[in-house]
Amino acid sequence: MSSLGVGVGHPAGRGTAGVLAAVGGASRDVAAVTWRNLVVLRRVPRLLIFSTIQPLVFVMMFRYVFGGVAANSVPGVPYVDYLMPGVFVQVAVFGAMSTAIGLATDVQTGLLDRFRSLPMTRLAMLAGRTVADLLRNVFVVSLMVLVGFAIGFRIHSGVAVFVGGTALVLAFGFAMAWVFAVVGLAVGDPETAQAAAFPVLVPLVFASAAFIPVHTMPGWLQPFANNQPVSATAMAVRATVLGGPTATYVWQSLAWDVAIIAVAAPLGAYLYHRAGQR
Amino acid sequence: MAGMPGEPAIDVAGITKRFGRLTALDGIDFRVAPASVFGLLGPNGAGKTTLVRILTTLLRPDAGRAAVLGHDIVRNGGEVRRLIGLAGQNAAVDVNLTGRENLRLIGRLCQLPRATFRRRADELLERFALTEARARPVREYSGGMRKRLDVAAALMSRPPVLFLDEPTTGLDLTSRNVLWTLIRDLVDEGATVVLTTQYLEEADRLADRIAVLDRGRLIAEDTPVALKAALGATVIEVETDDEAQAARTVELLSRTPGWHAAQEGVLVRASANDGARLLLDTVHVLDSQAISPRGLRVHAPTLDDAFLRLTGSAPETAEQRDAGQDAAGQVA
Repeated sequence: MSSLGVGVGHPAGRGTAGVLAAVGGASRDVAAVTWRNLVVLRRVPRLLIFSTIQPLVFVMMFRYVFGGVAANSVPGVPYVDYLMPGVFVQVAVFGAMSTAIGLATDVQTGLLDRFRSLPMTRLAMLAGRTVADLLRNVFVVSLMVLVGFAIGFRIHSGVAVFVGGTALVLAFGFAMAWVFAVVGLAVGDPETAQAAAFPVLVPLVFASAAFIPVHTMPGWLQPFANNQPVSATAMAVRATVLGGPTATYVWQSLAWDVAIIAVAAPLGAYLYHRAGQR
Repeated sequence: MAGMPGEPAIDVAGITKRFGRLTALDGIDFRVAPASVFGLLGPNGAGKTTLVRILTTLLRPDAGRAAVLGHDIVRNGGEVRRLIGLAGQNAAVDVNLTGRENLRLIGRLCQLPRATFRRRADELLERFALTEARARPVREYSGGMRKRLDVAAALMSRPPVLFLDEPTTGLDLTSRNVLWTLIRDLVDEGATVVLTTQYLEEADRLADRIAVLDRGRLIAEDTPVALKAALGATVIEVETDDEAQAARTVELLSRTPGWHAAQEGVLVRASANDGARLLLDTVHVLDSQAISPRGLRVHAPTLDDAFLRLTGSAPETAEQRDAGQDAAGQVA
């Protein structure tokens, strides 16, 4: 080190140039944090392997173990075509658990404090986490689509419509990642994060239209199962697979995504800002 | 350069922080001159880390205000973060990235141009003796290497004000010396360093001024020399031929107000703040009684003594000190 000089941070510009610089700086920060979160998957590949094995087990279980029973409740449609959209949603939602675990780990190791002491965009830590998990979901969901094709899953609509359907899955996974970013920040240690996420995720995914039609469930459960985001997204994706009208389901699913992020992102930003203020 | 002459680099006034019913910091005031090392000394739980977290904008104070290079830490936190580097107590580095990747990531997040942060990362790796390990994931690093990388990360933006929370805890001797030299170099280059430590020796060697924290209160703040002079006692140990001689020596020495003397077998331990006069007096007493001592040792005051006096409890590292200094501490 030759001379010290004053540290350089975001250029403190004003006006349009300042705003552009701030947006540029923010996206650079998000990209840097995203990269950092994705490097882990390359360095510790078992993280990615185990997060793909678990949904594989679910596919096999529903296709071959419960499939025979479940098929009776969806007459006129091969059960595998009914099942796979639900699996895609489940994969994306369960992936959000790693968002909680990842952020909680950063809180625990003190890494969050280091980032909070840097002149970086304050939301970049959360956005970089959720974007990294979105990219991971692209991989895992694509893999599940291939697995689906291998076990007899077929698209009854067009390819473009189905791609739109998987985009809905990814959007919902992204929204849920924000929810679990909040969970991770709030609990602050990975074991608790995992324990806290599980009892929320399981009823959300299984008391839904993801795997089984809601009308087969007891009456008291149906209002919940019919009016929750996993059902909305599963039905939207199913519509893009089976063909027929999709608009209502798609709008419902997107509305959930927007609503969830609108609540979770500010809450996450607030928790990030005051992390460690015990 | 860090601040104008006469203007403090860090100005802390009445900082108070409560966690529930516990008052972690109770009206802390001090100023740190630019291009100096300020040592925060205190036992565990004294509030050192809380104070560092407040000054680095991680924690909001409940009362009081503080400014770093003229920028208020609460109202102008963004500006403060541009000017500071922080190495916290645990090594806050990503274990899945390599050493070099960690530093480059910090450089990127400090908005440094790519060429700059790449060059600087390599310079710092070199300076912290991590060049060989630069391409290995940090999870393979030893504790000392992680700690060094952590401090390097805090230096990536070349901050004019650096906060080091127990930077050498858990470091081996070589690494500690490397870091001490580095901290002095940074100050020579104009940086202001605030460091917390449990090692009195570290504060003594590095700090231009030392603040002693105890249970959330600042109980002393001065230069190391002045603290030692004001609070540390000189201890003189005299080994006599028999216990009767020792008893007589203790009796005579104890007549002078301010002189403390105690007997332990044939050994006499005397202590006083005015070391030079105590020594003359001791020699005079021995001479007048025609006692020729078998041994005579003088312990100059240490910060341990000062610390003990101030806080009424031994510093954490006391058991690591050599026996002589320990004994001196007990008498004082």
